[in-house]
Amino acid sequence: MSDLTKATMAEARDLLQGGKVSARELTEAHVAAVEAARPLNAFITETPEIALKMADASDARRARGETKGALDGLPLAIKDLFCTEGVLTTAGSHILAGFKPPYESTVTRNLWEAGAVMLGKTNMDEFAMGSSNMTSHYGKVENPWRRQGDNRALVPGGSSGGSAAAVAARCALGATGTDTGGSIRQPAAFSGIVGMKPTYGRCSRWGIVAFASSLDQAGPLTRKVRDAAIMLGGMAGHDAKDSTSVDRPVPDYEAALTGDIRGLKVGVPKEYRIDGMPAEIDGLWQQGIDWLTAAGAEAVEVSLPHTKYALPAYYIVAPAEASSNLARYDGVRYGLRVPADSLDEMYEATRGEGFGAEVKRRVLIGTYVLSAGYYDAYYNKARRVRSLIARDFAEAYEKVDVLLTPTAPSAAFAIGEKMDDPIAMYLNDVFTVPASLAGLPGISVPAGMSAEGLPLGLQLLGRAFDEETLLRAAGVLEEAAGFTALPQFLAGEPS
Amino acid sequence: MSVDKDTVAKIAKLARIRVADDDRAALAVELSNILGWIEQLSELDTEGVEPMTSVVAMELPRRADRVTDGDILQKVLANAPEGTDRFFAVPKVVE
Repeated sequence: MSDLTKATMAEARDLLQGGKVSARELTEAHVAAVEAARPLNAFITETPEIALKMADASDARRARGETKGALDGLPLAIKDLFCTEGVLTTAGSHILAGFKPPYESTVTRNLWEAGAVMLGKTNMDEFAMGSSNMTSHYGKVENPWRRQGDNRALVPGGSSGGSAAAVAARCALGATGTDTGGSIRQPAAFSGIVGMKPTYGRCSRWGIVAFASSLDQAGPLTRKVRDAAIMLGGMAGHDAKDSTSVDRPVPDYEAALTGDIRGLKVGVPKEYRIDGMPAEIDGLWQQGIDWLTAAGAEAVEVSLPHTKYALPAYYIVAPAEASSNLARYDGVRYGLRVPADSLDEMYEATRGEGFGAEVKRRVLIGTYVLSAGYYDAYYNKARRVRSLIARDFAEAYEKVDVLLTPTAPSAAFAIGEKMDDPIAMYLNDVFTVPASLAGLPGISVPAGMSAEGLPLGLQLLGRAFDEETLLRAAGVLEEAAGFTALPQFLAGEPS
Repeated sequence: MSVDKDTVAKIAKLARIRVADDDRAALAVELSNILGWIEQLSELDTEGVEPMTSVVAMELPRRADRVTDGDILQKVLANAPEGTDRFFAVPKVVE
């Protein structure tokens, strides 16, 4: 691991701006790190030539005294759910075999226009459906962390597992992720990094392969809260091509990190104290409350009474939307085609072979809950429950400014665990799904270690479009936690 | 709510996903378990609650009704698994 890959995004930016290092040097170090980290399988496609070309362009700009802003020259990894023009985009699925988009997603376009450098496309659960990165057609991703005294490979979480592993192993300064029910926050917690899902509508969904359109939202995975603020600033913004994109100015998120949370009201939702929660996670949660109150915040117990219904409602809404979104994969216009005698048989053969087990399960569930006779009992019921969950949050935010909860009910689990029971896997998202259903922003901050030596995250949730308060509180939490542990696998270092 | 093998076959047909006969029974059990777990929503009284239609309260934006792109035939066809220089090709649909 070179010193350049150890740097945070903010430090790397300062080195570039001070002329201490070139974008090419920074990028070469990260390209080497991406190669060195191949055992993790965090990338589906590496793009070293593109990276170096972008880095040289950044250096040329800087030599002319120009810069595109905070991200100019910073090497990032991109989840393989974002369409990148001319670069293979798979969504982790066999059905998109060979697909090279003829256009660029708005979020990645924003990043390149801010000068960022693309290292490659990261592995992920197929169509972002999963909490372990085990459902990718391109193979599992290994978490760079190991339990103490146990050499079994662990999952990095999902679905943005490749992005999380790449950032944790010091292959990239940051990575894009997408979060539908926890797919940024849970892998961030499992990998000891920061992961932020902004408010629904803050980042454009245009050009992101759709999973559940009323829930999907892009966000950054980084090693520091400051880096999340910098990167979100480069990703966010209004986009006329996404009708749910919100036309609001993008604030200077980094400026929100004042370190001052005196008087901030931090809600502690009592319903998140679930049965069977490990004592160490409960303990860390209390520690987090103590840290924030020591910094001048006031802890307030709040109630979100419909919390327990969030997961089952999510597992109606998300599969229903997925079954509709994934109808486009038919073997006609792009990706895999399995030949057959008739058009219908070709659709069925292509989709039967192109989709993996979890995607099939969810498309079938979605088809079922939307089918005649069940639409009201399932889909409309879930949409009503969603209204109640959103109302719970709205009432809580009349009393408090942010909410503090654990990010996930456990630390990273071993590859192969929880695979035989879909519902056990779904429970990973118990703390992240409710805010997704309400469209609210959330951030996971590495806050402590489990007894087994694995990172644990705490989650802060905020009001809609109040990412600034969320980041400010997250910065204070990060400072207090002082998380400095390193994973056993670091790119380019003997592990 | 539990689903049986025949229901699996029916939804698989609706979803245009080939599911082998041998896999239907296992899938029926999995889907039944998931639907059974979802069933807990029925204990919640949602009478009079409006279904959520929009995550973020906003007015749907409108744009001028005019063509903003076009003349990108080759881009559109570039990823086709099978095509001609002007069309997507599919198995014969009319005898």
